[in-house]
Amino acid sequence: MTALPASRLPAPLLAARNILTFLLRSPTSAFGLLVLSILILTAAFAPWIATHDPYAQDLNNVLQAPGNGHLFGTDELGRDIFSRLVWGARITLTIIFLVSIVVGPIGLIVGTTSGYLGGRFDTVMMRITDIFLSFPSLILSLAFVAALGPSLNNAIIAIGLTAWPPIARLARAETMTFRKADYIAAARLQGASPLRIIVKSIMPMCLPSVLIRLTLNMATVILTAAGLGFLGLGAQPPLPEWGAMIATGRRYMIDSWWLVTFPGLSILCVSLAFNLLGDGLRDALDPKQMNRR
Amino acid sequence: MSISRMRLRGALGQAGTIAVTLLGLLLLTFVIGRMMPADPVRAIVGEEASPEIYQQVFQQLGLDRPLWEQFLRYLGDVLTGDFGTSIRTGKPVIEDILHVMPATIELATFAILIGAGLGIPLGVTAAVNKDRWPDHLVRVFSLFGHSMPIFWTGMIALIVFYAHLGWVGGSGRMSQFYIGMVPDVTGFLLIDSLIAGQMDVFASAVNHLILPAALLGYSSSAYITRMTRSFMLDQLGQEYMVTARVKGLSRRQTIWRHAFGNIRVQLVTIIALAYGGLLEGAVLIETVFAWPGFGQYLTNNLIIGDMNAVMTCVLIVGVIFIALNLLSDLLYRLFDPRTK
Repeated sequence: MTALPASRLPAPLLAARNILTFLLRSPTSAFGLLVLSILILTAAFAPWIATHDPYAQDLNNVLQAPGNGHLFGTDELGRDIFSRLVWGARITLTIIFLVSIVVGPIGLIVGTTSGYLGGRFDTVMMRITDIFLSFPSLILSLAFVAALGPSLNNAIIAIGLTAWPPIARLARAETMTFRKADYIAAARLQGASPLRIIVKSIMPMCLPSVLIRLTLNMATVILTAAGLGFLGLGAQPPLPEWGAMIATGRRYMIDSWWLVTFPGLSILCVSLAFNLLGDGLRDALDPKQMNRR
Repeated sequence: MSISRMRLRGALGQAGTIAVTLLGLLLLTFVIGRMMPADPVRAIVGEEASPEIYQQVFQQLGLDRPLWEQFLRYLGDVLTGDFGTSIRTGKPVIEDILHVMPATIELATFAILIGAGLGIPLGVTAAVNKDRWPDHLVRVFSLFGHSMPIFWTGMIALIVFYAHLGWVGGSGRMSQFYIGMVPDVTGFLLIDSLIAGQMDVFASAVNHLILPAALLGYSSSAYITRMTRSFMLDQLGQEYMVTARVKGLSRRQTIWRHAFGNIRVQLVTIIALAYGGLLEGAVLIETVFAWPGFGQYLTNNLIIGDMNAVMTCVLIVGVIFIALNLLSDLLYRLFDPRTK
């Protein structure tokens, strides 16, 4: 029996709309979406939201408690902490974006080629993936940054180099399910090269699940980046990166609690938001759950 | 083919896999070690050295040889237990690491006890009350633990519980006052202080251990909770659960004796993996709490660029992870009747 489509929207848009409605129905995922929207808006409108110049030092007003014209107080150089957090949102978004465009393609290429070609190539690639997976991501990133030298860009490269294996695993598993599909056989009969089949026929099919997996991993990425910043291996002063702000604030934390409290809360909120959203996405895409509700 | 021969083949195949993974691990640490912009020769001879001396050390380190030869040499060194000398302490790296390891093991063991003690009951509660408020509460609680930047929570906990409330000891493994009072027998302070009969040192050690261990435990409980919940859900949905209820067992008995009894093996493997994951948190939490363990050793050497020490640490973490994976695999095979 064929059912008539209930809406005129094209299928992918419809699916996206369904997922969004599903997410908004759960208070926790809605909270996640809200926090991430705030993050994006803050980053976009940073110059208008920030009340002070994030780099302007004011040595007459160091370590001021919150209030008195400084919403979250000032740091050891008299810089406004609220404004630094607002500008820091841009750094956080940059990390998310750059890690995604490093990790996504690496994972996709390794996973799809490995899954499609199979055989020896697959064995070797999966062994390499296993080796990368046998490290906790922070430790391996530490090693890469130590070798490359501490900076924000190197931290992003290091995180990218360590975060691709789960994506590759996923893309490979997806590819294995399509490999024997009729449409691939059809493409092959028409004389398409393996490269063409992988790029044109397989990668687009794996893209949605890869994107979702990237979202799920983002909380870990943010915590790793903040951890590297905290250890002095990520963003360097005077950049207002949240992890690095906590590292410098640490010396004053007993008397001036606001130096470490607000950047930490920001990290916590964003990583929690990604986790809540990821949790919701997992439910939304689980067919058993979808039908039941 | 007989079953015992199939098993032997399986074991051999696994041994081969492990060997290849270990080789890859070594290759990875070797490549990272060679990528570094810092000059290893300069680190030894200093800035003032003449070109002749520089050249001599350059050759001594084997840096003039082709890369594959350098790798073979590195492989030979590692296999014979020679991990090089730490630039900072001047002692063999492996000796340094063996010295700091007990502090981390002590911390991680307490953390995993807390993590499992928290995570398992929470996971079972969530599964039994699926989609009701206890489930949602547990979900938010454990996601919170999973989302917090542990170095930051460590600081906040120090401000609150140490500086303001004075409930726990501050940084380090014991109060400054007691340092050096207990002879170093096993390296595990709790055991050493008991051997020496110094109860006040033991109390101080517990007092210092409790906060970092609780934080690490909470962060690892997120994973344990989630996995316990999903294992339990699998079991609760099985038909034998209904049969057990029909036979007249109480709900409590079916949950704990039947369902939970069946997931114990899976839980052990999960806890073994979580134990390894604690190493990651330990790097950050040890920095915050000035805990003289493996994590602090690693970060101290990172900052001064002592690559011998850093790469050995990374290698050891990799080996621990592989070993834990293997262990959990073995436990699974030993205890799960279905794999026999």
